Amino acid sequence: MIKSSVDHFIRVVFFPLFLTMVCGFGHADSRIVATGGASNIEGSAGGGVVPWAVINGYGSSDEWAVTGMATGVFVDDFTLKVIGASVSYDNRVELSFARQRLKLDSLGGDLQQDIIGLKYKVVGELLYTTMPQISVGVQYKDVDDFSLPSAVGARDDSGVDYYVAATKVFFDALWGRNVLVNGTVRATKANQGGLLGFGSERNNRYRYMKEASVAVLLTDNLAVGMDYREKPDELDFAGEDDWQDFFIGWFVNKNLSVVLAYADLGSIAGFDDQKGWYLSIEGAL
Amino acid sequence: MTCVLRRRVWSLVSAILLLSLLSACSSQPATVYEGLGGEPGLAAVVDNLLERMAKDEQIVRYFQDTDITLFREGLTEHLCDVADGPCEYGGDDMKATHRGLNITQADFDRLVQLLIYAMQDEGIPIAVRNDLLKRLAPMYGDVVYQ
Ligand code: HEM
Repeated sequence: MIKSSVDHFIRVVFFPLFLTMVCGFGHADSRIVATGGASNIEGSAGGGVVPWAVINGYGSSDEWAVTGMATGVFVDDFTLKVIGASVSYDNRVELSFARQRLKLDSLGGDLQQDIIGLKYKVVGELLYTTMPQISVGVQYKDVDDFSLPSAVGARDDSGVDYYVAATKVFFDALWGRNVLVNGTVRATKANQGGLLGFGSERNNRYRYMKEASVAVLLTDNLAVGMDYREKPDELDFAGEDDWQDFFIGWFVNKNLSVVLAYADLGSIAGFDDQKGWYLSIEGAL
Repeated sequence: MTCVLRRRVWSLVSAILLLSLLSACSSQPATVYEGLGGEPGLAAVVDNLLERMAKDEQIVRYFQDTDITLFREGLTEHLCDVADGPCEYGGDDMKATHRGLNITQADFDRLVQLLIYAMQDEGIPIAVRNDLLKRLAPMYGDVVYQ
């Protein structure tokens, strides 16, 4: 039921809108390079695992932007592959979609999660105002196969995350370089971002999780930094750790960016110490 | 586990802080104006910028009735002042100068982009560029939607 409504959304709303933006209205890219961030694993503009307050792509006021991304995370016992796309307008709203496929390399099999995200910039301008840019967002998440999540003690196969993110670029902050700082607070019931379901048998409360990113723009096109994402640890049969990654982002131009990261995802579904590489490529129009 | 990660984050943060303290001691041009190459350097950046503005449809339409010679003089003086050069900008403040123009965020973003391209073109070091941008960025509120 829920599954089919997500597919319906993608087929009937998202992709036609996406194509209209690309083909019909044209696009513009007035914002300066790297200010759109990358697409995080949930499809929202941000760092590798953290959604930021920035709006995807390079559209400014009254301009449209579209992005498409593909990401792979390769840790010891799992492989996560994500494809995603977003449409943004007015440097104000961002609608995104991501499909995650988690391959259980050691357990066998795989599971899939769809995420529809909506982000709205409330106040502030990333580069220009003393006030950081602040956005609010929701991510509706839906897992297709509940067998593993239920085996480890999850309650639901779908859920909604709510977050507030504040992001600011400080010019000439470090060695004459610009520095981006982001802080995000997320209300969530998701276990491992949703891939292991939502809530637990004992507990169906929202937890408030703190997330942060820092990036230094070494050149106009090259950023290095890190993400930190606090996570709940609610499941009886699978411990969960905070996530962390160190990244290098190459913003080739306003149409192409590549992010390479080393991620430490801790324990996942009973497998401890999951570490490995993260590679993401984003195209923007 | 979490604790180990936290410790690693803090060690990274403190390493960055230490490096930034050290770099504060290294030699840098005394002013942004000097970093831009003084009078000839700033003139080259402004001329490069003006050429780019003239070619940019979105920007050039604001300057249909502008005396470019006067504008060039005024902008140069203003930037020289902002960059701690030996000038004092005698014109109106930024709010008054841009009143009634209804400049949008997209226009502002665009002009910042053109200025960055112009400075890159003229070989201005990244630290000087960022320092100038740091001084110009707060004018956003006075320039747009007036
Ligand atoms: C931080 C950004 C900006 C700074 C520092 C700045 C600076 C100036 C200065 C100093 C002048 C007066 C020059 C004189 O004395 O004659 C001026 C005038 C003007 N600026 Fe800006 N400006 C900025 C952004 C913009 C933007 C984004 C636009 C629109 C695309 C714009 C359009 C104009 C126009 C149309 C004039 C009047 C020209 C005339 O007198 O006819 N400015 N600006």
